[in-house]
Amino acid sequence: MTDNNNGVLVVVEVSESQPIDLGLEMLALARYLTDSMGGIVTAVAFGTGMETTGETLIAHGADQVLINDNSIFANFHAEAWLPDLSKIIAEVAPAIVLIGHSESGTDLAPRLAFRLDVDVATGCESIEVMNGQPHMTRSCFGGLAREVVTFTKTPTLATVRSKSQQALPPMMERSGEIKHVDSILDENSIRTRVVNRETEKADGVKMESAKIVIGGGLGLGGPEGFKTLNEIAELVDGAVGASRAACDLDWCPRSYQIGLSGRTVAPELYIAVGISGASHHMAGCGNSKTIVSVNSDPNAEIFKSSRFGIVGNSQEIMPALAEEIRKLKA
Amino acid sequence: MKIVVCVKQIQNPEIPSAQFRIDEQAKVLIPVSGLQPVLSPFDEQAVEAALRIRDSLGEDADVEITIVTIASKASRAPIKAALALGADNAVLLSDSVFDGSGGYVTARNLAEAIRTIGDVDLILTGRQAADGDAGVVGLGIAEILDIPAITFARDVRINDGVVTVQRVLQDGIETVEADLPALVTISNELGKVRHASMRETMRAAKKPVNEWMPDDIGLDETQVGSTAMRYKLERLYIPVNDIECEFIGGDTPADIAAALAQHMREAKLI
Ligand SMILES: Cc1cc2nc3c(=O)[nH]c(=O)nc-3n(C[C@H](O)[C@H](O)[C@H](O)COP(=O)(O)OP(=O)(O)OC[C@H]3O[C@@H](n4cnc5c(N)ncnc54)[C@H](O)[C@@H]3O)c2cc1C
Repeated sequence: MTDNNNGVLVVVEVSESQPIDLGLEMLALARYLTDSMGGIVTAVAFGTGMETTGETLIAHGADQVLINDNSIFANFHAEAWLPDLSKIIAEVAPAIVLIGHSESGTDLAPRLAFRLDVDVATGCESIEVMNGQPHMTRSCFGGLAREVVTFTKTPTLATVRSKSQQALPPMMERSGEIKHVDSILDENSIRTRVVNRETEKADGVKMESAKIVIGGGLGLGGPEGFKTLNEIAELVDGAVGASRAACDLDWCPRSYQIGLSGRTVAPELYIAVGISGASHHMAGCGNSKTIVSVNSDPNAEIFKSSRFGIVGNSQEIMPALAEEIRKLKA
Repeated sequence: MKIVVCVKQIQNPEIPSAQFRIDEQAKVLIPVSGLQPVLSPFDEQAVEAALRIRDSLGEDADVEITIVTIASKASRAPIKAALALGADNAVLLSDSVFDGSGGYVTARNLAEAIRTIGDVDLILTGRQAADGDAGVVGLGIAEILDIPAITFARDVRINDGVVTVQRVLQDGIETVEADLPALVTISNELGKVRHASMRETMRAAKKPVNEWMPDDIGLDETQVGSTAMRYKLERLYIPVNDIECEFIGGDTPADIAAALAQHMREAKLI
């Protein structure tokens, strides 16, 4: 078997017929990688009604876009994705395959790895080609350490952490090829049946795109603490997140969870309120531009990652902050 | 009905960061001295998931729960703990060649062990190990054994040869079914694990723990350990954090809040 060497293939997730940010971020990484090792950037999108998806992906760095438009792909389902994706990878023969380290990507990538008989590096923060070999840097030990790994067999398969890369500004004049692929999926091969899906649409600003995110932890003292955080978020067009401990106690919806096993944010400003700063939590907010933390314990771990710190009782500081912002805005 | 739970024993993942040490030369963790290894938390919850299934099916269902682990050097305490919680027996892949070989080889070894056990209906694993944080092994086992896999479960039920799982999504819950045999990975939303009862702890000492070598599961030397590895660890390190924290003080909460609001305004965030 010859080695795969045809550039980088990016699996882009599509939501409401538009690529999600992480997909565009990975295209920037793919461009960076092909600059040093050659080959083209192929973007693969599964979904429905993707009329303008191809153009968007090309504008953000793809040379070739493969669109797999099929109603069965409306919601992510790993078993449905795998046969087509394996076939596409065999045909394109990329040196590297990038998948988002998202809820779907983490479900998909390990399965794909074993179908391709390769290992996979999950949750990568950066990839560098050295001596022709991709070196993946990923977080481990709950965020306390980093490891750099290489693989002995191609394609190199990696999932990429959200916000670890910066998307390229779109260039509408970039050219590329858009192809529609026909699905080879035999629906009888799907062994897992989704019998129900209950999702709640969060209102307000999306956490991943908000400029300000306010995270609440056990130091809020109870669910009422989140009311004040939501009030402030509304005043500054921000979003509210939480530590796992707060979610586990149902002080807030589980969708608030930031961290290793939750969401990843990298806003201009992250305000951590009553959060101790465990590495597992920081894994989801450590890339924020500025971190300000409010904690009653002057020795709290969180201050080690914070640009500004406030030692105090969150139940006093946060209502006062809401009041001050109201004044400034008036 | 046979349930296998794959578990890993690791250093307590919640130690303060100041205690955490790496040997960069050898590219390994330096264990904190005197600290007993623990079951990786998601794996411990996988044991709990198995016990809940047995509880719900009742005595007549004859559920046998087997713990499978790769543990050459570490202490036996975590295995004992799983048995004390109520698992029936354990299989230890205890040769040093099984050790430290990454997700790809680990999944292959565990899959062969499960094949050797035979007639397993349900395999449970944690969603990821809390040291490597990779989340590869569970899905890998399912692919190798060619059985359906459902990830990130907060609830697992068995009914007439069908497993029904509530899967945690970022913005909700999905209910997914599959015919047995199947594999399910467990997320922290499963909730609290039980404490070992006195009775089970006493019984645990007498429960069988089988130690298997590569031969016992039909693997030769080339299929285990570093020779079979698909990856190479180039570097392991602790990232440096050079942030200097500036404390914002004040006489009253209002003063402090005003100073913070001012900073936010200067940064053009308000
Ligand atoms: C494998 C694994 C995965 C994990 N994944 C995640 C994850 O994705 N996200 C996550 O967040 N956690 C995760 N955790 C848990 C994580 O290790 C911590 O336990 C958790 O983040 C702690 O939450 P906390 O900071 O709210 O609570 P605590 O650690 O209890 O901290 C509360 C803080 O509030 C301060 N405080 C108390 N009272 C006040 C007050 N009145 N005013 C101001 N401050 C006050 C305290 O000084 C303390 O620092 C994971 C753990 C493991 C083992």
